[in-house]
Amino acid sequence: MAIIETPNGFNLDDSGRRIVVDPVTRIEGHMRCEVNLDEDNFIRNAVSTGTMWRGLEVILKDRDPRDAWAFVQRICGVCTGTHALTSVRAVEDALNIDIPENANSIRNIMQLSLQVHDHLVHFYHLHALDWVNPVNALKADPRATSELQQKVSPSHAKSSPGYFRDIQTRIRRFIESGQLGPFKNGYWTNPAYLLPPEADLMALTHYLEALDFQKEIMTVRTIFGGKDTHPNWLVGGVPCAIDMDSPGAPINMERLNYVRSITERTIQFVKNVYVPDVIAIGGFYKSWLYGGGLASQNVMSYGDIPDRANDYSTENLMMPRGAIINGNLDEVHEIDLRDPDEIQEFVPHSWYKYPDGAKGLHPWDGITEAQYELGPNLIGTKTNIERIDEGGKYSWIKAPRWKGHAMEVGPLARYIIGYAKGDEYITDQINSTLRALDVPLPALFSTLGRTAARALESQWAAEKQLYFLDKLIANIKNGDSSTANTEKFDPSTWPSEIKGMGFTEAPRGALGHWIKIKDTKIENYQCVVPTTWNGSPRDAEGNIGAFEASLLDTKVEVPEEPVEILRTLHSFDPCLACSTHVMSPDGEELANVKVR
Amino acid sequence: MHETFYDVMRRQGITRRSFLKYCSLAAGALGLSPAFAPQIAHAMENKPRIPVLWLHGLECTCCSESFIRSAHPLAKDVILSMISLDYDNVIMAAAGEAAQAIIEETIEKYDGNFILAVEGNAPLGEDGMYCITAGKPFVDELTRVSQHAKAIISWGSCASWGCVQAARPNPTRATPTHKIPGIADKPIIKVPGCPPISEVMTAVITYMLTFEKLPELDNQGRPKMFYSQRIHDKCYRRGHFDAGQFVEKFDDEGAKKGYCLYKVGCKGPTTYNACSTIRWNGGLSFPIQAGHPCIGCSEDGFWDKGGFYERLSDIKGFGIEANADEIGKTAALIVGGAVAVHAGASVIKRIASKGDDA
Repeated sequence: MAIIETPNGFNLDDSGRRIVVDPVTRIEGHMRCEVNLDEDNFIRNAVSTGTMWRGLEVILKDRDPRDAWAFVQRICGVCTGTHALTSVRAVEDALNIDIPENANSIRNIMQLSLQVHDHLVHFYHLHALDWVNPVNALKADPRATSELQQKVSPSHAKSSPGYFRDIQTRIRRFIESGQLGPFKNGYWTNPAYLLPPEADLMALTHYLEALDFQKEIMTVRTIFGGKDTHPNWLVGGVPCAIDMDSPGAPINMERLNYVRSITERTIQFVKNVYVPDVIAIGGFYKSWLYGGGLASQNVMSYGDIPDRANDYSTENLMMPRGAIINGNLDEVHEIDLRDPDEIQEFVPHSWYKYPDGAKGLHPWDGITEAQYELGPNLIGTKTNIERIDEGGKYSWIKAPRWKGHAMEVGPLARYIIGYAKGDEYITDQINSTLRALDVPLPALFSTLGRTAARALESQWAAEKQLYFLDKLIANIKNGDSSTANTEKFDPSTWPSEIKGMGFTEAPRGALGHWIKIKDTKIENYQCVVPTTWNGSPRDAEGNIGAFEASLLDTKVEVPEEPVEILRTLHSFDPCLACSTHVMSPDGEELANVKVR
Repeated sequence: MHETFYDVMRRQGITRRSFLKYCSLAAGALGLSPAFAPQIAHAMENKPRIPVLWLHGLECTCCSESFIRSAHPLAKDVILSMISLDYDNVIMAAAGEAAQAIIEETIEKYDGNFILAVEGNAPLGEDGMYCITAGKPFVDELTRVSQHAKAIISWGSCASWGCVQAARPNPTRATPTHKIPGIADKPIIKVPGCPPISEVMTAVITYMLTFEKLPELDNQGRPKMFYSQRIHDKCYRRGHFDAGQFVEKFDDEGAKKGYCLYKVGCKGPTTYNACSTIRWNGGLSFPIQAGHPCIGCSEDGFWDKGGFYERLSDIKGFGIEANADEIGKTAALIVGGAVAVHAGASVIKRIASKGDDA
């Protein structure tokens, strides 16, 4: 291949040196990435491969639809609960079940706490080491670190020189022991790390603080769902009954007070630690504005967090909904998840086959049939891939498209759409962040922009969590303690053939489940998930997906230590178990499963 | 020089007195008498951190997520001061070749002296290529590393039993650790649950470090200290079961009063786990306390044992007399419709009359 231009406007050149990153670590699941570098070490071709696959959709076949949430919740334990919520919404849509207001508030609190938790853990524990150098933190002056902390976030209590000295001592002993644990073999001498030692020490300290604090955030879900990871859900509402005067009710005043306490602390942590850190670190890296990819062109959000129960219209969703095409922020398109011509999945470069290979299929009519075959230009063997051939099939991820367009989804997509729609809160946040960093609007369309949007959204989500707690309490005060509508819980009340769809905005982006129910059992279940959108391989036309687009034209300082690739891939917070859960039959009895 | 847990605490300005207090608390958390505190102190003062290679197969990462939620000890302290978590692709800084080099280095330097922790499982279908690491089947990596490990921990229901991807019809032939052809003949500790309780995970590690031995296991390979009693045996709603007071449907009066969830499908009577004793997230709650029936997520094949809202019936040893090993081998018979109603009703009747007698 010489230089080719993709229909979505990117130039690909695979003639230069090939670099392979496998496994891509600090993600959920398994992923491989290959790039070609030109003579000056700029990325000119990028190939992302989903390297795992589990088959949950076929496992769901013939099961009780009321149980589906538990199965699909196990698609992902990082965004735990978001698939379960999507699933109960899909079943309720099929059965026309209205849930009580309290159930809507509780579900929103659980979903918002997930947003905050997932974003916070992503930034500190999956992403920070792309920007922060723990070895360099040993050179920091604790006093200067304290001054930096007080300047960056005057409200954060833990800021004394002694505090930073203690942490530094602990890290020093850890590193000097020679047993580096998670920091082992990092690229710690790479010139791509730009923070001064004091900023490294501050960020590393917050890595540890965040590791301690994140477990508190999720206790909200333990109150309502009984455990976390993987809390419990219920078709028709939520399982936790409310009675303010009963000695045995799952939810009473003490439990609500607990939720309030955690929620208030969460708001403080995000405000005093997470957001200031992202802005401070961003300040040192603001000349590194690679990684935009599709962000400045095509972005999409399904929207989420219904204010009133059972109304999933754009107006009632507090998280923005719509699509932007070709970077035209003046027009936000409506999306219809039920329209067979809007969302379609393609498989010419995925390890699946369709009867008509080039055609896309809407999820309600999806076919899932495995075809693990490698392209003719593969270097290696079927079980020892050295260089993948992106001209053939090369990923366990399908390629979803909206009206034929490759789309980016996720926090940055949501924030761009919110900004384009003039959402006041989002616009204020974006403008003040751009001002603080002294960068223009286009800086938003970048790896850093993605990382910043996630932090800003956490602040929004934590505050909205409190909004729904207040709303829940006000509703109980008004005499409504209902948490579940069980009118149609008994399958004998169901029509023989129905279908439904449910959607959420998962932390990583737009998530939809489509279900068909026949004679009270699941006939077909299809999920199109955020990392399927972002991590998609090429489609029939040759359009590249968001991961591949974002890597192009990035300079890699040291090709043997491609931290820049990790930085940009991590900014999407890839979740491979989510994206590659789809079914492919294994030989014999399932060889021709057709999921219509 | 190796840094011990005690060194770390001392350097943080923690006094010897506080350190010993910590050791008594740790003994308590492990369900041990305070007499064990000196033993824990000795272990903390003298041991270098044991290397751990934590490999991930087909899974959802819920086990890692649970691990980092541990309240005592904190995940931070486990990672910085108790073990040397040299390979864990979810949190490690290194990627690609730099990451894979750690596996080779560990095998060379610590042959027979590191712990292999497995989260998820390996698919055997399509020559193992449903789960690929560094261009090769994950199963090859798993079997190879196992040959050099001291012991293996199978985290969660995926590694212990197969879990969701192994549910019927198990399209990828996802296979739990102990059933992988070629897995080394090393001790395997199963810590099932989807996920396991956070503090159970950290307690299993702490136990091994403290007492320099594996925890006592039942005949299915699970630590007895956490998996030898049914959730039902220690459930705080057990009194309502015995009194015949049940939630008939969600959000009814019984639900608001915290009655027994048996009739809406609770699998507590056939599930061996510590949920009703240790509870979740620092002892805050557990599924039954939050109003949802137990779905039995620590049991082998729980996905294929009938619907989560269908009630159990005809359970052998329904009382408290049978031991874990017997029940573990007896698959609970779960049926729907009229039979279930009848069987359920007779159980309740029996229990109700027992209640009358009392």
